[in-house]
Amino acid sequence: MNRIVEARFIGPEIKLFKIEAPKIAEKRKAGQFIIIRVHEGGERIPLTIADSDTSNGTITIIVQGVGKTTKHLNMLNAGDFVQDVVGPLGRPSHIENFGTAVSIGGGVGTAIAYPTAKALKEAGNYVISIIGGRSKEYVILEDEMRKVSDEVYPTTDDGSYGYHGFVTGKLQELIDSGRKIDFILAIGPIPMMAAVANLTKPYGIKTVVSLNPIMVDGTGMCGGCRAVVNDKTVFVCVDGPEFDAHQVNFDILTKRNKMYLVQEKHSLENFMCHYDNLFFSALNEVKEKV
Amino acid sequence: MAELSPKDRLKIPRQHIPEQDPEIRKHNFNEVNLGYTPEMAMLEAQRCIMCKKPLCIAGCPVAVKIPDFIKMIAEGKFREAAAILKEDNALPAVCGRVCPQEEQCEKVCVVGKKGQPVAIGHLERFAADWERQNIGIQIPPMKEKSGKKVAIVGGGPAGLSCAGDLIQMGHDVTVFEALHDIGGVLIYGIPEFRLPKSIVKAEVEGLENSGVKFVKNYIIGLTETIDELLERFDAVFIGVGAGLPYFLGIPGEHLNGVYSANEFLTRVNLMKAYNFPEYDTPMFDVKDKNVVVFGGGNTAMDAVRTALRLGAKRGIIAYRRTEAEMPARIEEIQHAKEEGVEFMLLVAPIELIGDEEGWLKAVKLQKMQLGEPDSSGRRRPVPIDGAIEILPVEVAVVAIGNGSNPIIRQTTPDLKVNKWGNIIVDMDTMKTSKRGVFAGGDIVTGGATVILAMGAGRKAAKAIDQYLRDPDSWDRPKTEQVEVAQESK
Ligand SMILES: Cc1cc2nc3c(=O)[nH]c(=O)nc-3n(C[C@H](O)[C@H](O)[C@H](O)COP(=O)(O)OP(=O)(O)OC[C@H]3O[C@@H](n4cnc5c(N)ncnc54)[C@H](O)[C@@H]3O)c2cc1C
Ligand code: SF4
Ligand code: FES
Repeated sequence: MNRIVEARFIGPEIKLFKIEAPKIAEKRKAGQFIIIRVHEGGERIPLTIADSDTSNGTITIIVQGVGKTTKHLNMLNAGDFVQDVVGPLGRPSHIENFGTAVSIGGGVGTAIAYPTAKALKEAGNYVISIIGGRSKEYVILEDEMRKVSDEVYPTTDDGSYGYHGFVTGKLQELIDSGRKIDFILAIGPIPMMAAVANLTKPYGIKTVVSLNPIMVDGTGMCGGCRAVVNDKTVFVCVDGPEFDAHQVNFDILTKRNKMYLVQEKHSLENFMCHYDNLFFSALNEVKEKV
Repeated sequence: MAELSPKDRLKIPRQHIPEQDPEIRKHNFNEVNLGYTPEMAMLEAQRCIMCKKPLCIAGCPVAVKIPDFIKMIAEGKFREAAAILKEDNALPAVCGRVCPQEEQCEKVCVVGKKGQPVAIGHLERFAADWERQNIGIQIPPMKEKSGKKVAIVGGGPAGLSCAGDLIQMGHDVTVFEALHDIGGVLIYGIPEFRLPKSIVKAEVEGLENSGVKFVKNYIIGLTETIDELLERFDAVFIGVGAGLPYFLGIPGEHLNGVYSANEFLTRVNLMKAYNFPEYDTPMFDVKDKNVVVFGGGNTAMDAVRTALRLGAKRGIIAYRRTEAEMPARIEEIQHAKEEGVEFMLLVAPIELIGDEEGWLKAVKLQKMQLGEPDSSGRRRPVPIDGAIEILPVEVAVVAIGNGSNPIIRQTTPDLKVNKWGNIIVDMDTMKTSKRGVFAGGDIVTGGATVILAMGAGRKAAKAIDQYLRDPDSWDRPKTEQVEVAQESK
């Protein structure tokens, strides 16, 4: 059992947690992730380690409530426990001084891009960050990104904040303005990562993405996380999660991630229904007492 | 009871183990075999003629004193029978269920020369179950504390047997396990209907009661490296099992509905996906679907029988060779047939065909025939030109074996491995190339058996004990080189 020491919403349905896991806090490097089980009987889901604090032995994760497990997690607060946490998993990001590095985060992907942006900065890169969201509330970690970047460009699809348009629009602008870019890290929804890969390929800019397939064990035992990179099968949990964007088969990744859509929807509805019942019975209890 | 003559003993027929009716059991996950009653066990035990030079012991990878424990059963001394078993086998309730006895002790049993061999496996199972159910798992006598600490990496059969022996030898033992539960393949691979998880749990509790510490959710190589372990432990045993399931290398393997056996079985066994949505892990809904499993080993049988229990319309084994070559335990093949599993022999998948959305729809099979014997004397399957069959399926499970997990190797560069990534050890002592580090089980041999993994764990425990009491013994020259044994596997 791991204790949650801090929990707060930083965007709509987006919650930041600091969880006690001293060994992982000490070991983890940028780009690595954990697998978490919220409760006994819960599924194992991967979450990127956004940050860590060795002084109090905590790791930071940022969770967007989309399915049952993440919504359940987002109902927890400081002082609550999660069943278990294992990590740090995957290979750390490859960090070197490339020169000018652009880190691109789409939605909650910004949380995954953040640790690597920080490491790139520490390695001496000139870091430009583009952080996108549907609208202003979905642009997260702007202050944190500003601390580790030389330039930060928020973007919103609806123009409610920063650049009006997709992250790729802003990136294209930077390229067109003649900025020399040596390295790009793009993390977010698959269509966004695919779009960045398409954009940068003709320019030959080294581009890395972090893949998010469905996982079970996270240790290379099941093969459920397999993806196709450079026409070869890779196991993302042990070979990745970061890969050369120009070699990733995004089509297969997209389709594989839909494998359990029906079941997940069912599970979520079931859970929300159960939660509503709990809520109403608790409410009734209170009413009875009153 | 009057002493029986060998002739009388040979007249007793082999006692069939009661089992659930196939029509019923194929719809549930309860254990198939129900086990002997004490009367049946005593009768079966009387079939043993108590050979002066028992071949069965030589056939057993850990040399269980078979006639001795059988004699105790024959006399109704079940507690003593269990104790004798446990002198050589740390997990008799498990081995009685999953060992390939027909290839080991029962294969060479003298009684089997004319009729059917003594049911050694069923008797082993009986004695171990009797102990657990009637008097609880007994804690063996412990030696005085040595003050030495050993880390065991991996909570599968290899790690558990090594831990069990070392704790008895007086050492302080901690097992580190990557997953959230202890048992390795015993809990995530082998299904409930063949090995109830409560049995594994009881064995693990037995070890806990003897003082073994378990740390779950802890991946050696990532959470802590072997080198770091060596700073706080006097010796390390690596028993991390096989890893990285092999795929077929044919088009369409990324379609939805295509699973490795490890994933398919892990979702069902470890994550209890058959209880979805009470448990959160989802599973492709195989109800009324056609499921094909590629392979002919225990893993393949477990996967196909699991699919039937999940409600599959058809459960099909597709195997490249013939039934005679299937590596699965004979009992599992029989049980599978009784439950309605279809066997397609001499076929090899060459393509998995999907729809626009990426869902599996069919598999293209190449029919094979047995060709000339190869260097090992086995007749190799060769394709029959143009003989192609399209089999409509929505789920395909690949059960063709595993490679080795890279995590320890990548983070311990001075640990020697062979070209398949298996750790190289001295086969007598299980010493690796790294001082104070021993290894055994599937990570050394590649996918093998529970009993071989346990045997390796035991051998290592003996060598670790010696090393802890006399660290200089590590450097003493040893005669044979082991790499030879490794390469010829
Ligand atoms: C479906 C299936 C059915 C089988 N049926 C039979 C059968 O009927 N009879 C038979 O004899 N054999 C059978 N086998 C084979 C048998 O299970 C294995 O040979 C045996 O379990 C190997 O034991 P092990 O201890 O070496 O490894 P495992 O049982 O694989 O255990 C290794 C453990 O180490 C853990 N681990 C891995 N990496 C790390 C790490 N870095 N840090 C910490 N922990 C780690 C794993 O999570 C696992 O729990 C079957 C195998 C499968 C998959
Ligand atoms: S070989 Fe068969 S008959 Fe002989 S001792 Fe062993 S089990 Fe008994
Ligand atoms: S999640 Fe199982 S192999 Fe990667």
